[in-house]
Amino acid sequence: MPNDAAHPSHNIDRDRLVDLYRTMRRIRAFEEAAEKASLDGLVGGAVHLSIGQEAVAAGVCANLRRTDQITTTHRGHGHCIAKGTDPGAMMLELFGKEGGTCGGKGGSMHIADFEVGMLGANGVVAAGIPIAVGAAHGAKLMGEDKVVVCFFGDGAINRGPFMEGLNWATVFKLPVLFVCEQNGFASTTHSDAVTGGGGANARAESLGLEAYEVDGNDVAAVDGLVGDLIPRIRGGGGPMFLSARTYRLKGHTSVDPALYRDQDHAAAQWDVDPLVRAAGELRRLGLADSDLAAIDSAAAGEMARVAETAEAAETPALQHAFADIQDIGAPVWESSS
Amino acid sequence: MSVISYQEAGCQAVAEEMRRDPSVWALGEDLGRGGVFGQYRGLIDEFGPERIADTPISEATIMGASVGAALVGTRPVVEMRFADFALCAVDEMVNQAAKARFMFGGQARVPMVIRQPSGMWRSSAAQHSQSLEAWYTHIPGLVVAAPYTPADNKGLLKSAIRCDDPVIYIEHKDNWALEGEVPDDDDFLVPLGPARLAREGADVTLVTWSKMVGVAEQAAELAAEKGIDMEIVDLRTLWPWDQDMVFASVEKTKRLMVVHEAVQVGGFGAEIAATVAEHMAHVLVAPIRRLGAPRAPISYAKPLEDLLRITPAKILATALEQMQR
Ligand SMILES: Cc1ncc(C[n+]2csc(CCOP(=O)(O)OP(=O)(O)O)c2C)c(N)n1
Ligand SMILES: [Mg+2]
Repeated sequence: MPNDAAHPSHNIDRDRLVDLYRTMRRIRAFEEAAEKASLDGLVGGAVHLSIGQEAVAAGVCANLRRTDQITTTHRGHGHCIAKGTDPGAMMLELFGKEGGTCGGKGGSMHIADFEVGMLGANGVVAAGIPIAVGAAHGAKLMGEDKVVVCFFGDGAINRGPFMEGLNWATVFKLPVLFVCEQNGFASTTHSDAVTGGGGANARAESLGLEAYEVDGNDVAAVDGLVGDLIPRIRGGGGPMFLSARTYRLKGHTSVDPALYRDQDHAAAQWDVDPLVRAAGELRRLGLADSDLAAIDSAAAGEMARVAETAEAAETPALQHAFADIQDIGAPVWESSS
Repeated sequence: MSVISYQEAGCQAVAEEMRRDPSVWALGEDLGRGGVFGQYRGLIDEFGPERIADTPISEATIMGASVGAALVGTRPVVEMRFADFALCAVDEMVNQAAKARFMFGGQARVPMVIRQPSGMWRSSAAQHSQSLEAWYTHIPGLVVAAPYTPADNKGLLKSAIRCDDPVIYIEHKDNWALEGEVPDDDDFLVPLGPARLAREGADVTLVTWSKMVGVAEQAAELAAEKGIDMEIVDLRTLWPWDQDMVFASVEKTKRLMVVHEAVQVGGFGAEIAATVAEHMAHVLVAPIRRLGAPRAPISYAKPLEDLLRITPAKILATALEQMQR
């Protein structure tokens, strides 16, 4: 199918672009705070930053209802914030503190917020694909008017659940938008070097999905295209596939200097940072520098506060280690010396 | 009460629970034609192809989609066809179904039943005969059931479907035709957890489950002829397992034998033996014995396959040894 993203950025309404910019800036500020906390040793585990990829999260989720649902990956902070999860609860989760989205039991890779339709990040590459498909299958069975968006990376397309899940979505004609974030890397490996054939879209089309491509660093383009796709999916058009070309500006994790990539090329990517591009567009649309600066400092202030709060918060009570495992046959908590 | 088969009992359980709760549905390969063992026979006529869903041969996604569908409020009954094929869906069972509730801080439950037809049956060889229940007992978050009687297959499956936890539900393929009295009552439930005293006896406690209960009953007949009175505990649920009934029985007989069709090394019998040894060493008058299969893949050729089976004669020999003490 010929699928051109014919959505020139300049068509977007200024207020809408301001909102998208604000979402992206909040994601960026959250992750900069998380990166610092990780490097300072305050946040454990692996922290995967989506710095440089914010336009995909913001542009896609701006077109979803609260009742729509998403699944995401190890690199999912942006999707959570864009879907409406409270960054305060997310930061508490990263710090392993009481009041975190999962009570401190999940951490960065397992954030979930069912209240806003965020059905969970996942520590297993491609595992969110069958789960998203099943959430859509469940909604269809129950006659609910819901769209499920499944975010995953370009590395995930080489795992079996990708093929199985897309085929399943086609067979059962499920309301799913698959969003492949093509950031060029799977961990330290160039995705192209390990991907055969025509890649993600060719695979999706061969399984019967309409497949689209978009400049994933152009938030207005993502918003415009997804704004067309979601109503069609909601209207019974079946599953659709979107590849968003973007770039992971940081390493695989917060502690990865990413020396395995061409440093000049990597440095040049900061010039097409989605935030830089959106800010440029907003200036062209007449937004004052002071208004942009106000958005930036509000986001920085918000995330500095949530990090401070998270650092000061209490760790979870010990008995939570044994809570919410199962109803039948759960271990019994005994507070011993 | 009606006399029906183990297979019909499972089918009735699914049908009754689907009538009772519209969020229950079943999915797997070839369910539309009744499932490969007839354990869904006729259900598509009553419930239609949406709720008795024929799926692609995509075990990982049968399982993973069921996790997603359970997280949003439906109650999938997952058919794996052969327990051996569930190994294509281990991530989805172990990393997703078993952990979602905990990892997400209790925000959601994963109410799903994972039916895994198990065990040696009609010379099915190494990839269609395994008993892997011990693997699942090791995983926090999972419940594991393995019924022997038709009545238990109905009552436990109904409880499993109503349970909010993911339940690994192990049916023995050699049991499908086994007949027994089964209550007709729609609300007949066998709770997950408590064991069943299959035979009362005074001399040796034999703990087992699934098809081995029948083998143990035959062994008990032989033992009776030798003047040995065996007590048989049918665990029915492996996690959680009924320590109280096992302990009470061992307290009485002072001898314990654990029997399972699965490979003995790392089998669930080891857990029971170790637990009893830790708590009741002072009571025991003979060493605890385990009877499981040798650590060999299951052969196709009948005499080779038979070498791996636990037989009434092997159980009898073990009981005789234990009675020497
Ligand atoms: C099944 C599985 N294999 C390997 C890993 C280790 N791992 C974590 S992220 C990652 C790279 C994933 O690349 P991609 O899907 O492109 O996502 P990105 O990190 O680029 O966002 C790998 C190999 C994993 N988490 N799960
Ligand atoms: Mg990638």
